[in-house]
Amino acid sequence: MTATVKYDEVEVGQEIPVVDYNVRRLNLVMYAGASGDFNQIHWNERFAKMVGLPDVIAHGMYTMAQAGRFVTDWAGDPGAVVDFGVRFSSMVVVPDDDQGATVSVSGVVEEKLEDKRVVIGLTARSGDQKVLSKARAVVQLS
Amino acid sequence: MALNRDFVGRTYSPSAPYEVSRVKIREFAAAIGDNNPLYRDKEAAQAAGYPDVIAPPTFPIVFSLQSGGEALVDPDLGLNLAMVVHGEQRFEYVRQVCAGDQLVTTATITDIRTAGRNELLTVRSEVTTVDGEPVCVTYNTIVERGGAG
Repeated sequence: MTATVKYDEVEVGQEIPVVDYNVRRLNLVMYAGASGDFNQIHWNERFAKMVGLPDVIAHGMYTMAQAGRFVTDWAGDPGAVVDFGVRFSSMVVVPDDDQGATVSVSGVVEEKLEDKRVVIGLTARSGDQKVLSKARAVVQLS
Repeated sequence: MALNRDFVGRTYSPSAPYEVSRVKIREFAAAIGDNNPLYRDKEAAQAAGYPDVIAPPTFPIVFSLQSGGEALVDPDLGLNLAMVVHGEQRFEYVRQVCAGDQLVTTATITDIRTAGRNELLTVRSEVTTVDGEPVCVTYNTIVERGGAG
């Protein structure tokens, strides 16, 4: 369990390039089943609109999972993530079409801690909206 | 209607053990579209130093709300579940969740507060193995939209 990224080779301010993740209705249905979160706002357009939402929205945890994947792909080992937290600042609206929505994740090395750990600040956007805020992961580098 | 502040500080009984299976991890990884072999291939996971396949970082959401879940449907809390969205989530990992783990979750409601027109409720869940080995701690904040009105 070792990250492929070396602590000595990263610098504060270093940017991790953006990756786009697609989310379609099918992903939300699969995520509902896998996570056990069957809240209708994530798959039932009629219900979502009835409770005042513009359309079906992605599970916040689906978006967080994409940000997690961004970090683990960068670090090279999922076990390298020692702390991971986000605030869901706006919703990812997922239209019922073949395009779905796009979540764009990027990162920056915000801080170098002791014991070869770094703080990665994450940004996730969908359309013009920032969908995660205060998103950060602490990663154990090698 | 505001949520009942009397619920702050309540700790719920530990959950029944949740057995982490390779199949569930694979299903979860497929749902989030992550093809990392450590989530699917036991040999790859062992080559990386893990006892079995490991779970993605956000996997503990699958079981971590089990123990406090009863609070959310308690009529005395006053939560309108139809208006709930996820507000914040954090995981502190002691070690990675692995297939074969038998995990027990103990949830505590740590905070209920008003933010604008919304009500926010935070649950802290400690996840350990059945033998008491710490695995992770999760913090979940849900938002009841319009709940403060």
